[in-house]
Amino acid sequence: MQYEFEFASVLAAWPQFLEGAWMTIQLSFPATVLGFVIGTLCAIGRRGQVRWVSRLCGAYVEVIRNTPLLVQVFLVFFGLASLGWKVSAFTAALVSLVINVAAYSCEIMRAGMDSIHKGQLEAAECLGLTRRQVYWHVILRPAMEKVYPALTSQFVLLMLATSITSQISVEELTAIAARVQSETFRPFEAYILVAVAYLALSLLMRVGLWLFGQAVFTRKRRLGAGGASR
Amino acid sequence: MIEGGLNLYHLQLLGVGVLWTLCLSVIAFIGGGLVGGAVALCRISPVKAVRWAAIAWIQLIQGTPLLVVLFVCYFGLSIIGLELPGLVAASIAMVIYVSAYLGEIWRGCIESVPRTQWEAAECLALSRSQRMRLVVLPQALRIATPPTVGFMVQIVKNTSLASIVGFVELVRAGQLINNSIFQPFLIYLIIAALYFAMCFPLSVWSRRLEQRLHFGNRIPSET
Repeated sequence: MQYEFEFASVLAAWPQFLEGAWMTIQLSFPATVLGFVIGTLCAIGRRGQVRWVSRLCGAYVEVIRNTPLLVQVFLVFFGLASLGWKVSAFTAALVSLVINVAAYSCEIMRAGMDSIHKGQLEAAECLGLTRRQVYWHVILRPAMEKVYPALTSQFVLLMLATSITSQISVEELTAIAARVQSETFRPFEAYILVAVAYLALSLLMRVGLWLFGQAVFTRKRRLGAGGASR
Repeated sequence: MIEGGLNLYHLQLLGVGVLWTLCLSVIAFIGGGLVGGAVALCRISPVKAVRWAAIAWIQLIQGTPLLVVLFVCYFGLSIIGLELPGLVAASIAMVIYVSAYLGEIWRGCIESVPRTQWEAAECLALSRSQRMRLVVLPQALRIATPPTVGFMVQIVKNTSLASIVGFVELVRAGQLINNSIFQPFLIYLIIAALYFAMCFPLSVWSRRLEQRLHFGNRIPSET
């Protein structure tokens, strides 16, 4: 095996890689936020009293979780176009990512909401909170806090999964690697570089989400360490 | 001819695609399971260097997309001079991917065997390998079954990425058919349905196993 690594020519394309990384972020961030909001609504619908809404949300989650993202992306991009509803590659990618991550967030949030103790709900009712207040203060926020680590992992997985959208010509990191390797004939180096970039992005994302969690979920710390000093 | 130009040959090709998807999934699961078991054991090894190596491996693979791992394998093998078919590159990438995830899942399962069991085994003067083999692993196996079956769904779904390096599994078969009759909506819908048919039973099975596992623990843990 005689192969000389040559990263210089690949590294020379760093502005392109930077653009690709930016596109990856542009896809991941809105998909995460939108997907989480829709997923939470879906979880509320799933747990609700209305039979058909609950069934519908359940079916949606099962269908999305049991089919590959690649097929979902193709279905949205090529399928909808063939039905006469043409969307840009970016829109199709974003829509399919949102649909995908919403299903996973729904399942995670549902687990969190189911784990809220019944006594808590009864206490809230005794305090005369309205339904909406109960949902927000007693169910949603503690549930979010409980499942936050699982959500974090899911969002990182989503960021990694944006690589799949390169298959419908969205110019994110993986697509950039494909372009650079066709210009430099250095596929191995190009993909290794991109792997490092993804590693850095996922690390950044983990740190960012952890900090966000620390900033938002202060209840436990206030109850724990801060209690004595106050 | 059935409506839309989808004929019997196409269905046959889809059938072959399903078989290859299953085949790749089985390879990935068995290979990944073997390596993943080793990763899980290394992850809890008393030797610090071994433990750190396993952590690094898991973090490395879980921090990069499977697609990129696949490309690295695909092009990496070809620069060694091996002109391998897509199946081999896809298998290697899948084994790498599965090993990191299953390794981490199983590590959690092994560590969730109650501490007292480890201590009791130690008090009985069992060696480390005996302790693992006779006491911890049989109990960990029970805990590990539901998440492992759940992860099989991910394996089956992720074999779809092998289509990108030209391996003719279900998605690639669909693309080939689509190239000749150009009915993407219909075809991808069929493919999605076929994946669903493969994955949904696994999901249900995993959930049942989980319920059964928790059934025994429910009474003592209720507070």
